[in-house]
Amino acid sequence: MTFSDMLNIATMQGFAGLSLFAVLLLMGLGLAIIFGQMGVINMAHGEFMTIGAYTIFLASTLTEKLAPSFMPYYFLIAIGVAFVFAFIVGWFVEWSLIRHLYKRPLDTLLATWGISLAMQQSFRSFIGPKEVSPTLPEWLLGSWSPHPGLDIPINGMFVLALTLFVTGAVMLALYRSRWGLRVRATVANRAMANATGINTQKTDRLTFAIGCGIAGIAGAAFTTIGSTGPTSGSLYIVDAFLVVTFGGAASLLGTVASAFGIAQTQSISEFFLSGSMAKVLTLSLIVVILMIRPQGLFAVKVRR
Amino acid sequence: MSNDRDDSSSLSVNRRRLIQGIASLPVAAVPGWAMAQTYPTAKVNTTKLAITDTEVTVGQLHSATGTMAISETGSIQAEQLAIDQINAMGGILGRKIKVIKEDGASDWPTFAEKSKKLLVNDRVAAVFGCWTSASRKAVLPVFEKENGLLYYPTFYEGLEQSKNVFYTGQEATQQILYGLDWTSKEKKAKTFFLVGSDYIWPRTSMKIARKHIETVGKLGKVVGEEYYPLGNTNFNSLINKIKVAKPDCIFAAVVGGSNVAFYKQLKAAGITGDKQLLLTLSVTEDEMTGVGGENFTGFYSSMKYFQSLDNENNKKFVAAFKAKYGPASVIGDVTQAAYLGAWLWKAAVEKAGSFDVDKVVAASPGIELKIAPEGYVKLDENHHLWSRSRIAQGQPDATFKVVAESPELIKPDPFPKGYQ
Repeated sequence: MTFSDMLNIATMQGFAGLSLFAVLLLMGLGLAIIFGQMGVINMAHGEFMTIGAYTIFLASTLTEKLAPSFMPYYFLIAIGVAFVFAFIVGWFVEWSLIRHLYKRPLDTLLATWGISLAMQQSFRSFIGPKEVSPTLPEWLLGSWSPHPGLDIPINGMFVLALTLFVTGAVMLALYRSRWGLRVRATVANRAMANATGINTQKTDRLTFAIGCGIAGIAGAAFTTIGSTGPTSGSLYIVDAFLVVTFGGAASLLGTVASAFGIAQTQSISEFFLSGSMAKVLTLSLIVVILMIRPQGLFAVKVRR
Repeated sequence: MSNDRDDSSSLSVNRRRLIQGIASLPVAAVPGWAMAQTYPTAKVNTTKLAITDTEVTVGQLHSATGTMAISETGSIQAEQLAIDQINAMGGILGRKIKVIKEDGASDWPTFAEKSKKLLVNDRVAAVFGCWTSASRKAVLPVFEKENGLLYYPTFYEGLEQSKNVFYTGQEATQQILYGLDWTSKEKKAKTFFLVGSDYIWPRTSMKIARKHIETVGKLGKVVGEEYYPLGNTNFNSLINKIKVAKPDCIFAAVVGGSNVAFYKQLKAAGITGDKQLLLTLSVTEDEMTGVGGENFTGFYSSMKYFQSLDNENNKKFVAAFKAKYGPASVIGDVTQAAYLGAWLWKAAVEKAGSFDVDKVVAASPGIELKIAPEGYVKLDENHHLWSRSRIAQGQPDATFKVVAESPELIKPDPFPKGYQ
């Protein structure tokens, strides 16, 4: 193996770590908002991602049928639609179920798990048990090859860019918008926020729906790298929880740092160890660190 | 008056219908009636199975819900189609087949429970079902204890043989050895990279593959062997390892949601069918709908059946399947194998002249099936099928083009010597 070969592999491996970081962050982001800001453990997070994935499938099928010339562009719009769909379902779920359970956090775990099972079976019954494959625009497929031997996956770059955009938007919304102010006030002291005239109920509902909407975006983006089927979302749920817990609930910065740490550990160890052993190593590291720091990497000081 | 006339005319019509009905009854019933005469229930059923003079009850045990529904739906459909066709021909020994469907719900203890229900409460004469090896292993003790009969459709790792089970898919050596020899002979592959999901079927398959490549078949060298947890969705590091190893052939047995991620990421990393030889044991037409034709174009799959097989049996089978389940439905290897189960059972029951499990099992070895969509098959003494192996290349429209076929039927060898 020549030096330039090694350089190529190192570059591609570096990018593999970055792209895994983007995937982990994107899947954890919606969860972090809901868990961090509201204390609700949303076990149905994966199914909200599946809603996003099916939205892409729906959009690709419709575009292929009605406006084939629009194929190269539909994907970006469909991601927006995925956000809207997941947002609406999230809004409804909060209104019908979650709001009754805020005082019983462990019950939200059971309730959302039930929702997740019900949603999986609805996908199976109404859309079909088999996996589907949305037709992706040509420009998203394949690799960018600046010189022979070096292939940078285009879908990886796309997910990375999307993740940066969504994370930026969430940060901006949380720290610069009225909604963000209300959310932070509610997290800091619910009773006092209520007393100052903030409608905490409405804030909670919007927060939950936005978290679900972001899950929808994640699911939509992951159709470029993974499967689209009734149980696709459940493939991501464990990793998503890992990222959020490890990062420290209630801290977006923690989520970013933890996604980066886990992604690099996993991707580097996968290169030198076997796939299953790499997973064992990553998980053990997380367990050890959580034993030393049970609150996660970053914890926000909140007066309880 | 007019009322009277109306009454009388309607009466006469009724009477005429009645007479017609009576007249046609014996005609329609002759074959069944005659058969039931030749095969009285007391004689064909000495073990208190759920069999009457007109009906025989069988069970169907698959996952209609849960993770495995993705894969098992095709088998459920194919078994139902075979049973419908047999019923349309007059059934078995003059008895129509009645199906009791049970849902294993992708949960292995549920499979065991439901199989017990089918065998003990419902007293079914045979069960068509299971898909994963785990579900088969879960029901096996039940079938052996209650002396039931199971027709199992999936290609699997071998190393099993039970009096109570018939395996209508390929065991590992049938699927693997011909495929590897083909890559060596036709594609001059010398170095192999083995990739699988981390559970019993890929691990056993890869063990056999490694033995064949390195010692028994002397094809060349294994330059990498990797397993990833089920449900893993990130293969970028693995793909880089493959790029370092530069194998002539990637030999893959990745399953489930991982499968889709694997091929999408291969394509995104620039590993495509025109540059790299890849042979897999786990992509049928069913998986192709999820993987997408554009991600598998030019790669090869080793199976005994492909929907595009060009023979009369298969054309009829595909047409019947599509007529029943819609033109968009696809048929994979396991779906076809599931279709064979009911026909093999029918042939064995007719040969034995009895539904008794012991007699059916005794009559089974040597049963030949000329109507199989995959072509002629026969049942070996070891309860597995002799079948041809085939290699097919993935096409952009998600179909397969068969490029090679074993010249002879390959003998099933669930306990291969030299591969342990």
